[in-house]
Amino acid sequence: MTIESAPVLVEARGVHKAYGSNLVVRGIDMTVRTGEVMCLLGPSGSGKSTFLRCINHLEKIDAGTISVAGELVGYRRQGDRLHELRDAEIASRRSDIGMVFQSFNLFPHMTVLENLVEAPIRVRRESPTSARARARELLDAVGLAEKADAYPRSLSGGQQQRVAIARALAMRPKLMLFDEPTSALDPELVGEVLDVMRGLADDGMTMIVVTHEIGFAREVADTVTFMDEGVVVESGPPTQVLRAPQHERTRSFLAKVL
Amino acid sequence: MPGSEAAPSPAAAIRVVPVRHYGQWVATALVLLVAGLIAVSLLTNPRYQWDLVFSYVFNAQILAGLATTMWLTVIAMVLGVVIGVVMALARESSNVVVSTAASAYVAFFRGTPLLVQLIFWFNLAALYPVVSIGIPFGPTLFTESTNVLITPFLAAVLGLGLNEGAYMSEIVRAGLQSVDSGQTDAAHALGMKKSQTFRRIVLPQAMRVIIPPTGNETISMLKTTSLVSVIAIPELLWQAQAIYSRTYQVVPLLITVSLWYLLLTTVLSIGQYYLERHVTRGDSRRTDRTLLGMIARGIVPRHAPVAPAGETSTERTSP
Ligand SMILES: Nc1ncnc2c1ncn2[C@@H]1O[C@H](COP(=O)(O)OP(=O)(O)O)[C@@H](O)[C@H]1O
Ligand SMILES: [Mg+2]
Repeated sequence: MTIESAPVLVEARGVHKAYGSNLVVRGIDMTVRTGEVMCLLGPSGSGKSTFLRCINHLEKIDAGTISVAGELVGYRRQGDRLHELRDAEIASRRSDIGMVFQSFNLFPHMTVLENLVEAPIRVRRESPTSARARARELLDAVGLAEKADAYPRSLSGGQQQRVAIARALAMRPKLMLFDEPTSALDPELVGEVLDVMRGLADDGMTMIVVTHEIGFAREVADTVTFMDEGVVVESGPPTQVLRAPQHERTRSFLAKVL
Repeated sequence: MPGSEAAPSPAAAIRVVPVRHYGQWVATALVLLVAGLIAVSLLTNPRYQWDLVFSYVFNAQILAGLATTMWLTVIAMVLGVVIGVVMALARESSNVVVSTAASAYVAFFRGTPLLVQLIFWFNLAALYPVVSIGIPFGPTLFTESTNVLITPFLAAVLGLGLNEGAYMSEIVRAGLQSVDSGQTDAAHALGMKKSQTFRRIVLPQAMRVIIPPTGNETISMLKTTSLVSVIAIPELLWQAQAIYSRTYQVVPLLITVSLWYLLLTTVLSIGQYYLERHVTRGDSRRTDRTLLGMIARGIVPRHAPVAPAGETSTERTSP
């Protein structure tokens, strides 16, 4: 099955977001299909993180809609109005969307294993036994089986980020959001994290990845989307956007990062 | 000796001579001299009346006062922590009325002397002679004289607890703010509700910041309770005053009382040391405090000393 014929998983229409008078996201339309890997590129401050946070409603949007698997994440539609959902309903919809942050954000007061089982037990009401078994499988998959009882601060940045990916996967998400997952890492640790992400893409996970790793985008992405000043400038397969960009802004950005 | 000529042995041909700190030698000598003088005076000045001091240590009245002091400390701290958490959350509220009210509370109770607050609560009847519960502008359901409701003990608890709440709210707030916002983001992204995020993620991390100063507050509170002797609460200091107003053995009794305070603050400091070690276990920011240092901190007073108030006991206004 090709990506073009897969069902739509994420659908953004006319998304706007402002902080005070600072318009950060100014009308984004985007479609991501099941199994698709989309890399989101763009200069710093162009609104990539903000848009990503709107997808799982960590930020409220001012206008437009974002739906994931056919459901609006933070809202319920009634006629032509959107009503913000209650905390518990938002939380339940978010639990299907994994997110990996630039700064890892592991819970420092919990061991690696506790980090992985916290949400499955508290949110999904899984039994501790099965949650722990699955957590160990995931740690094994990211190559950190022996770190289960370590505290996050004793791990390297690359190891912490792999734990953070495993923690998100423990919720069996339909979609994974990555916000510059390798930007806080020492150069020699970038590879181990990208390898895990590449494996995830090979397994068919739907991913939206904000990154400056052009090599990763070229190899792994189905779609590369270039954003600037809160709008999508161009979007398409990596061969097109990275090799033969149509817009001057894309060309000058690529010239800087490559 | 470091200053002597080195013997020409090949291994010790080159010696490291540390810098000598003559100032430290002088300081050590001075400290030893003063300590010696104090010790001699303690042992030889008969007016310390050590036999009396020790005869009062387990005096029934003193022990009763000790129990009251410990009770007051516990109740005032519990009240202070509860108010502190509520006020800290209120100050973070997005509702401007709520956050302003909480700020005003903190400003008022931190900005006026505790002694004044205590006497104020004690004399509340002068301001509101009766307390009534009823529907506003409607029928009254319950009326009672303020002097009956606000007993001296309640006045003491209110005074100490409300004041402590203001300090605790700052401590709790600093603790909550010390937790990176990325922690809440990560918890929310995993589908945890706000209440779960607060209880499981934010609070345990804030506790590392909240617990050490709360220990200091408790130690401080133990000593601060002596202030309520001015409103005739029979706590440790008041009991001592009651005895020496009969027997005129002022100094021995004050020493007895001091020994008890010293013992309790030392016990609390030791407890605090182990509690802090427990909450910061495995933490890279861990404070390397020594047990003795902690005890010393407990003993150094935080609140400014207040003149003994034996004879200035406040008259209670009658409505
Ligand atoms: N919480 C916030 N409050 C105010 N302004 C913000 C906030 N988060 C981001 N911004 C602003 O939004 C703009 C876009 O930020 P961001 O989405 O982080 O861009 P990117 O991830 O592409 O670098 C920046 O100008 C930034 O200053
Ligand atoms: Mg960003």
